[in-house]
This record gives sequence, C-alpha cells and structure tokens, in this order.
Amino acid sequence: MAETKTELIARSIFRRNPIALLVLGICSALAVTGQMATAFVMSICVVLVTGFSSLIISIVRFQIPNSVRIGIQITVIATLVIMVDQFLKAFYYDLSKQLSIFVGLIITNCIIMGRAEGYAMSNPPIPSFLDGIGNGLGYGFILMAVAFIRELLGFGSIFGMEVLKLTTNGGWYVQNGMLVLPASAFFIIAMIIWILRTLDPEQQETD
Amino acid sequence: MVDITAAKPFYSVLVLAFFCSLMVAGAAVGLRPLQEKNQELDRKKNILLAANLYDPEKPIEQLFEGIETRIVALESGDFVSLENISPQDFDQQRAATSDEMGGPLADEDDIAGIGWVERYSLVYLVTSEGKLDQIVLPVRGQGLWSTMYGYIAIEEDLTTINGISFYEHGETPGLGGEITNPRWLTEFQGKKIFNQDQEEVIRIGGKMGAQEKIHHVDGISGATLTTDGVDDLITFWFGNNGFKPFLRRLETNGGIIDG
Repeated sequence: MAETKTELIARSIFRRNPIALLVLGICSALAVTGQMATAFVMSICVVLVTGFSSLIISIVRFQIPNSVRIGIQITVIATLVIMVDQFLKAFYYDLSKQLSIFVGLIITNCIIMGRAEGYAMSNPPIPSFLDGIGNGLGYGFILMAVAFIRELLGFGSIFGMEVLKLTTNGGWYVQNGMLVLPASAFFIIAMIIWILRTLDPEQQETD
Repeated sequence: MVDITAAKPFYSVLVLAFFCSLMVAGAAVGLRPLQEKNQELDRKKNILLAANLYDPEKPIEQLFEGIETRIVALESGDFVSLENISPQDFDQQRAATSDEMGGPLADEDDIAGIGWVERYSLVYLVTSEGKLDQIVLPVRGQGLWSTMYGYIAIEEDLTTINGISFYEHGETPGLGGEITNPRWLTEFQGKKIFNQDQEEVIRIGGKMGAQEKIHHVDGISGATLTTDGVDDLITFWFGNNGFKPFLRRLETNGGIIDG
C-alpha cells in the first residue's frame, strides 16, 4: 500500500467510504441525521476521534500485546470520546444537550474500531492519522448528505433556516413525515450506496 | 508483534489505564467550572422559558435581572432569609439530602418518587411595577428512567400555569424525551392547577371529562409512564408537602411579597 497523503484522505470519502462501501457506522447515521446542525457536530466529533485514536494506537502499536489489543483500542477510544463530551459540555452546552447520548455512542461506532484494528495496528502513525481523518470525513460526508435530504424535505429547512415554507407555518410545503423518522435514513443511505456503486462499478460486490 | 511473557498484557493494560484515567480526570476537573457556569445559565434560561420571558436576542443574565430570587420555608410558606446563605448560593438539590435542611419523605407522601425533600426552596418572582406578575417554582420528580427537573411558572392568581420547562432528564429520546418539546409544553399554558376548593386537580394524560378541560393536558403518546411522572410531580409540588402552604400564604397576603 503506497498511497500519497491526499489519496489516504480522499479515497475514504468516495472510493472507500466507510458507510457506503464497508457499511459500518449505520446505527448512528440513522440517529443523528434528522437535522443538519446535529449531523455536522457529530461529524466533527467523529473525525477528531477516529483521527486521534488511529494516531495514538499506531504510535503504541508495538507495545500492544495481541491478546488484549481490542480492550486497549476501546480504552483509547473511550478516553477520547469522554474528552470530546467534556469539551462540548464546557463550550457548546446547547449542542451537547441535543446530542446527549449520541456522543457517548461514538464509542460503539464501528468505523473507529474498524480503522484502529484494520489500519492503525499495522501502519505508521502519520498515515494512520490521515486514514482516520479521511474515514471520519467519509462518514461525515454521508451524514451531511442524508441530513440535507431529511431536513430539507422533512422540516423544510437547512441548518435550521427555513427554505420551504411549511403548511403548519402558513406556507405551501407539506412536510414529509416519513423523513422525520430515523428509519428513513435507511432508504437514503441505500440510495446513496446505489448511486456510488453505479458511478464506480469497482465497488460492486460479485456474487 | 510483541514478545509475550505472561505478565506483559497486565503491565500494558495497567499503564494504559493509568494514562487514560489521568486524561479523563484532568478533563473532567479542569473543565468543571466552565460546565457549571453553563448549567447555571441553562437553568436561568429555563426559568425564563417557563415564564415566557426568554428572548434569544438578548443575553440571559440581562433578562434575568428582572427576576427576584427568594427562599421560602416549604412547611410554613414564609419567606425566610437563611443565615450565611444567599439565594444565589443555595443548592436546593443538596439541601434535600442534608440533615439540617432536608429529610427523607414518608412513602405515602412521596408521590413524585424523589425520596428526600428539602425544607427550603428557591422561588423566582417576576414583578412588574412593584406588583407580583408571575412565580416560577422549581419542581422535580421521577419519570420512567430518571428524575426530571423543571420549572413551572404560575400567574398572579396562583393557579393558572403560564409556562413549564424541563432542563434535565434522562427519558427515552423521541418518546419520554418529548417532555422538552415546546409544542407539548405550550399545552400547559392557561390550564388551572387548583379548582375552586383549592384542591390540586390538574391531570396530565389519561381520561378526562370534557367539562374539566381547563384542568387537563393531553399526554404524550408512547410515553405514558413519563407523562404519569409529570402528573405526579405536579401533584406533589402543588400539594401540602410542596408549595401549597406558600401559595396559600401569598393569597391571604393578597399577593404582597414582602414579609
């Protein structure tokens, strides 16, 4: 594997997107995509956590005994997530109240463990860090795309700003109730996967 | 990978756990002052929200200047000034579990499921031109999973709800968590807590005759147990162990708040 630094970051956004190709991290993608603002904060948190957990794990990878490596990875990830949570509470209290349990759930986001185990354990720190950042961005990209569709058609707004005037507000747009519910993210993610795999047939899995 | 000796995993894990706990503890302790300041601001914001005075354009501290914070003795209903404690420093939740300022509730009195109750409570008085306009009362009670903390603002007739807000709870997001939904909370506006005989009759959710609409707020579907908790906390805090003596005392004083 000899990718350049930009490749390391960019490939995770389209060609090897953690949600679209690896189908990891779906659970939180359902939960926080109702509104773009929360999806955006969640994306930033995940970018930071994947980046730094990959970096730290890669630095100490020669010291990690094989038998307890998963436990050690989880401990590093959990520490970072708690710190992100504490920072949010200290500086962005309203957002932290909105995201409440979801920040804590970053720990269980499969992408972070997946990158730690699949990449950082066997690569030097700098590429691992970039790979982590890239995967976080890939996750964020899908999150923002789904949140854009859901907020625009479900609430008639983008980042909380009114775009389509809702009938409940005296406008013309009838909000789509299905898109307000988390399950609708399933359909949207499936469609994004379909589009990505049509554009880039290499991603298609053969039977 | 690593030369494995039997003890190696233990050392690695110990060292790692030590460093991680240092970082977590450091972040928690170092950021606590900021977080507490945020919580304080959030409480004030919710008091303003309950009183319908919140304006996102203006700083919360400035809006809060029009609100007077006092301490009342719950049992007698009198305003008190506690020695050495200003209303700003009074920690009500801690008071409930301390020996001097609170005590355990008997099971049959513990409608809201809070276990301990304080003898003194903060109240927030909104006055306009020297006359009492609204009173914001802190309330709390057990929901389905958690204790819900909130504020109820009542108008100068001491029975009509002007607004209600919850600032802390751990109910299921999307179900019980909807108690913070402004659309549901506005349903409380204008409802009356007491009937003509000064009995606490307001009910949240459940069945209700049409004639009693003024005492009834619709429940949240999918969150019956949380709504029951809200109902119970209102029953408790507007009962004899809660603010009822205070409200009756105010009424006999004709809404005069000094004394």
